[in-house]
Amino acid sequence: MKRLGLTLISAIAIFGGLLLLWQSIIWIFALPPYLLPSPARVAHAVIARFPSLVASLLLTAAAAAGGLLAALLVGLVIALFFAQFPWIRRMLYPYTILLQTVPIVAIAPMILLWMGSGLGSVTLITFIICLAPIIANTTQGLISVDRNMVDLFLMHNASRAQVLLKLRLPHAMPSLFTGVRIASGIAVIGAITGELFAGSSRVGVGGIGYAIQYASAQLETDYLFALVLAATVLGFSFFFTVMFLEWYFLHSWHESARVIDQE
Amino acid sequence: MTTRPIAVPAIDFDRATKRYGTGATTLESISSQVQRREFVSIIGPSGCGKSTLLKMVAGLSPITSGGIAIHGMTPQKARELISFIFQDATLLPWRTIRQNVVLGLELDGMARETRNAKVDAVLSLVGLSHVAGSFPRQLSGGMKMRVSIARALATRPQLLLLDEPFAALDEMTRDRLNEELLRLRDEQSWTALFVTHSVSEAVFLSTRVLILAPNPGRIAHDVSIDLPFPRTESTRRSEAFERTIAQVSRALRSVSAAAVATENGASISDEARTAGAHPA
Repeated sequence: MKRLGLTLISAIAIFGGLLLLWQSIIWIFALPPYLLPSPARVAHAVIARFPSLVASLLLTAAAAAGGLLAALLVGLVIALFFAQFPWIRRMLYPYTILLQTVPIVAIAPMILLWMGSGLGSVTLITFIICLAPIIANTTQGLISVDRNMVDLFLMHNASRAQVLLKLRLPHAMPSLFTGVRIASGIAVIGAITGELFAGSSRVGVGGIGYAIQYASAQLETDYLFALVLAATVLGFSFFFTVMFLEWYFLHSWHESARVIDQE
Repeated sequence: MTTRPIAVPAIDFDRATKRYGTGATTLESISSQVQRREFVSIIGPSGCGKSTLLKMVAGLSPITSGGIAIHGMTPQKARELISFIFQDATLLPWRTIRQNVVLGLELDGMARETRNAKVDAVLSLVGLSHVAGSFPRQLSGGMKMRVSIARALATRPQLLLLDEPFAALDEMTRDRLNEELLRLRDEQSWTALFVTHSVSEAVFLSTRVLILAPNPGRIAHDVSIDLPFPRTESTRRSEAFERTIAQVSRALRSVSAAAVATENGASISDEARTAGAHPA
């Protein structure tokens, strides 16, 4: 508890220091607000345009969460097939890596072309970039079960379904969470990137990515900063939500989750 | 050979042979019988196929030729009679101790009430009732191994297969678990086939020790251990115990020395070695 307080104080101190540095740079170099707005101006932009900021935030959050959840479901099913049928894994696993290496900025225009702009396209883009880490980590967790444990189940003539449900799936949970944790980080980035290309179907309202484009074109640098702040908040909340779920489900038995336990 | 129904041995090895794909022989023509209630240890230099032999008995590794009968049945059919204890405790970390011990009964499809009663009984038998709700990571190595034993005994096996179960434990814990194992054997009557690297452990536990020689794996010596039961700490201090250990160690050394000699003798071809091993 004492350590937590200390961490909090130092975090606040560093934040204050950064704000001071930011403000001093503006004073020293006499920068105009459209190049670098002061912290006060950014704060003002946040308050003055709060409703539209929140609207953008929610839209991006919906796309990121939707894409992440879809990737979790589809990724889990694919990983199950990969784990149960090695020949399918050997055949298709290389394409998973392909999925991971192909740049999303190259795919986004195609999706825009085929599906038009809007929440659906952005969610699809997020889904695509979240899929690979979930498939890769979950598959690894499902197949890396100790040979002796499988033998133990075989000694009781356990069925394939029993081995899967009582052994492979619980064993894969930590890996699954690792995959989701990685995906949750890139989900927000993916959604914003997607919005840069396919952000809005309605004039004026769009996700953070769309609003960033708009604000930068209008030289509303203070609002641009506010949007970046909103994106950071969103990324953090995704990451910590997954961290919390991971701790909640695994802390009783798994080593990796215990680290948070000891804080 | 006549088979009398009462005298069907716990394990009957009949020229059991194991070859891997390339033709290298892991175990060559193993013939021996283990009677019920016997405690037989298998000892030998690494690579002689001890663990493979155990997996063959469990039906986890198919034999190439010959046969193994467990209570007159094939290994696969006899699985209900067998429990396997692995080198490490092999506990499922997401299950509590209680849930781990119940696993076998659960997989066998036993009703919840019946299996709960059985698990309670075996937990108190092994002295683990107080940690029933703990998770494996909270337990020491020795405790984990006791959980593993409890899980194996919960299904009331006729035959216990143990693959170096205490190898990773410190000597004091190992000694204590050895005595515990013999006490459990007194309470429940099972046959044991025990693979180990430790001569003193083999001698302390067993009624018989099989010494395996490598390349190809075969039974080189079959030593009866005539130390009286119950065996306790005072057994370890007895002269007879020391003598038996010396005897087994000598036999093991001769086997190991021969193995090293063959390995060094690069001129001896594989065929010649295999041919030489055949007791024509």
